[in-house]
Amino acid sequence: MTTKSFEEALKDLEDVVQKLEDGETTLEESLKLFEQGVSLARYCAVKLDESEAKINLLLEKNGQFLREPFEIEEKGN
Amino acid sequence: MDGPRILSISELTSLIKNELEQPIFKNIAVEGEISNFIHHTSGHMYFSLKDKNSKVKAVMFRGRNMRLNFIPKNGDTVVAIGSLGVYEPNGEYQLYIDQMFPQGVGALHIQFEELKNKLQQEGLFDYERKRPLPTLPSHVAVITSPTGAAIRDILSVIGRRFPKMNVLVIPAIVQGVEGPPSIVQAFEFAAQQSDLDVIILARGGGSLEELWAFNDERVARAIAQCPIPVVTGVGHETDFTIADFVSDCRAPTPSAAAELVVPDYFELQRTVQGYYQRLLVNIENLIANKKTSLSYLTNRGALLRPQDKLNRERQRVDELLSRTYRQIEYHQDRFKQQLRLLSGKLDTLSPLATLSRGYSICSKNGQVIVDANQVEIGDHVTVRLRKSQLSCIVEKREEVDY
Repeated sequence: MTTKSFEEALKDLEDVVQKLEDGETTLEESLKLFEQGVSLARYCAVKLDESEAKINLLLEKNGQFLREPFEIEEKGN
Repeated sequence: MDGPRILSISELTSLIKNELEQPIFKNIAVEGEISNFIHHTSGHMYFSLKDKNSKVKAVMFRGRNMRLNFIPKNGDTVVAIGSLGVYEPNGEYQLYIDQMFPQGVGALHIQFEELKNKLQQEGLFDYERKRPLPTLPSHVAVITSPTGAAIRDILSVIGRRFPKMNVLVIPAIVQGVEGPPSIVQAFEFAAQQSDLDVIILARGGGSLEELWAFNDERVARAIAQCPIPVVTGVGHETDFTIADFVSDCRAPTPSAAAELVVPDYFELQRTVQGYYQRLLVNIENLIANKKTSLSYLTNRGALLRPQDKLNRERQRVDELLSRTYRQIEYHQDRFKQQLRLLSGKLDTLSPLATLSRGYSICSKNGQVIVDANQVEIGDHVTVRLRKSQLSCIVEKREEVDY
């Protein structure tokens, strides 16, 4: 599950919720679905918060890449 | 003796017309200088196109010339695209012009069409080639000028929709002869980064010449070969470039490209929360149901079933239930915390924040009252306060000046 993309996890979560709501599963299966759903929801929430608000400028010097924090230059007008 | 058949003038003209109105004279582009220009009151334009040795009559009808983006005048050198035809009443052949461009621009336009056709035939614009964009990118690259209006617009849209998004600006020259090689190099750099999952290629609005780098074959091929999906946002809504046709997705402007690429964080969070709530409600209902049927079974079944089987059943249910409760407790704390954070953010936007400063909202039958004329004396209205509401009856209506 560690390599699952956000959209895959969200789709799986949707399926799990749907299955649970259909009510055609046994108690044990339902609990399994519930656990699966909860961990998918957590996974999605974690994925959503994964990025770090980094805004960088890519620079290249002699084939080496550098990333520098990017600031918009404030112009006169 | 067999003399030549005598033709009427109409027959002769008709023969000439048939000879002239052939495919090779359709959709031709000619370059020449405008003379004898007349913009008739009917809206049609009549003139001649000439070079040093020859001259041809031309007409551009109102419906066509309305779309011209320059005002033609005598002495202008233009490129005209149209078809040859015969005007029978005068026995004259003339060029019926569909499109016309000042020289230079006209040449660019033809170059554009040629490249477009070539790449289209190679299949570079095929729908099957278009790659889907990730729902939630973790790192967005933007190839553009680091000092232009485009990057400013894009970062502002991303900041609003997904404040924590990672962005890598890959600088490129986006106009002039240095443009295409610089953009191609930026794509090469992008391909060497391992953490990018979508690229925005952008430039703010400009003249046709200024946007020309995006109609360059080298740029088109760099986009086609890029291993990462590319979204273009070049110029304004009406500007279509070759880059737009090759890219996986064309946005009308740089801002729109950012909207397309970066999802709304808060909306996605609400979606996930919604699913989580549904999981909880379902499992709680299920447990309640099972409890009911268990007690029903205990009361009724004691005599029918061997006691040990019933006990086993009960133990199994208890076990599952406590496991579930542990799960719920474990996960709920984290989610409640996230939810609190989120609602803290929403509070500042919500009317509730205003209400807690002492303002109130007056409504009648669910409709908010903003003007005294919306109510009659004796009407029942509801006044919403911060944590409560009042039911009131209108006694008097008066205007207040501030």
